[in-house]
Amino acid sequence: MARLNVNPTRMELSTLKKRLKTAKRGHKLLKDKQDELMKRFIDMVKRNKEVREAVEKELTLAFKDFLIARAVMSSEMLEEAIMYPTQRINLEVGMKNIMSVNTPVFKLVTSDIEEEKASSYPYGFANTSSELDSAIQSLQGVTEKLIELAQVEKSCQLMANEIEKTRRRVNALEYVMIPQLIETVKYITMKLDENERGNRVRLMKVKDMVQAR
Amino acid sequence: MFMYKIGVVGDKDSILGFKALGISVFPTTDAREASRTIHKLAKESYAVIFLTEQLAKDLDETLEAFKDTVTPAIILIPNNQGTLGLGMKGVRDSVEKAIGADILFGKEGR
Repeated sequence: MARLNVNPTRMELSTLKKRLKTAKRGHKLLKDKQDELMKRFIDMVKRNKEVREAVEKELTLAFKDFLIARAVMSSEMLEEAIMYPTQRINLEVGMKNIMSVNTPVFKLVTSDIEEEKASSYPYGFANTSSELDSAIQSLQGVTEKLIELAQVEKSCQLMANEIEKTRRRVNALEYVMIPQLIETVKYITMKLDENERGNRVRLMKVKDMVQAR
Repeated sequence: MFMYKIGVVGDKDSILGFKALGISVFPTTDAREASRTIHKLAKESYAVIFLTEQLAKDLDETLEAFKDTVTPAIILIPNNQGTLGLGMKGVRDSVEKAIGADILFGKEGR
C-alpha cells in the first residue's frame, strides 16, 4: 500500500496519528450504521415482496372485472359513466427518518366532491352493468394496498441507495484510508528513529575524537 | 397540510377504472408520451405515479431519474394483460444493489 507523500517530521506524525484515530472511529460508526441499515432493509424488502405479490394478484383480478365490464357495455357508455367521479383521492405525505434516510409516509385522504354524501359509484345504475360495479369495488379495495406498496417500495429503493453509499465509504476507509495512514505512521516512526540513531552515532564518534586528542 | 395527488399512466383499457375512484388518469400507449407525462407530473404535486409495466419496459431512463428522489414514487403495476414481472424485478434489483446478492428470491448456487 502506497504511503502518503508527507515530510517525516514529528509534527506530521502527530497529525497523522490523530487522523488515523478519527478514521478508525469513523469506520466503526459507519460499519454500525451499515449493519443496522441492512437489518431494517431486509425487513422492509420482505414486506415489499409480500405487498407486491398481493397487489399484483388483486389488481389483475380487478382488471379482469373491468375488462368484462368494458366488454359488456359500449365504450361511450362506460366512459360517460365514470367520467365524473364523486370523490377525489389525495395523499398526505409525511417523512420518516430511518437511520438518516428520509423515507416517505403516504396517507390516503378521500374527499367527496359533492356536498351531500354520494355513493362511491359515480353513475346511475340504469345504464350500467353490474360488472362495472364489482370492478370498481375491487379497484377501490386495492387502492389502499397500492399506496402501501408505493410507500414500502420507495423506502426500499432509497434505503438500497443509502446502503450502497455507506458500503463504499466503509470500504474506502477500511481498505484505503486506514492502511495508508498506518503505513505512513510507520514510515515516519522508522525515519525518525533512524535519524535518532544517526545522531547518537555521530555524537559517540565526536566524543571518541575529542578523547583521543 | 399540503395535499399531494396520485396519477396513473398506462393504456386506457387498463387504467380507466381508476378514474371512477377520483385518481387522475393519463391514458397513453406511447412510451415517449408517457415519459413526457411522467416528467410533467413530477413537476406538479404528484407524490405517487403508477405506471403499467407494459409502458415501463421502454422507460428505463425515466425510472432511473426518479429513483433517488423521495417524491414522486413511480410504482409499476401490471396491466389488464397480466404482469410482466418487471415490478418484482425492481424489488430484486434493489436487494442486489443493497446486499450484493439476491437473498430473497433466487435459490441459485444452492
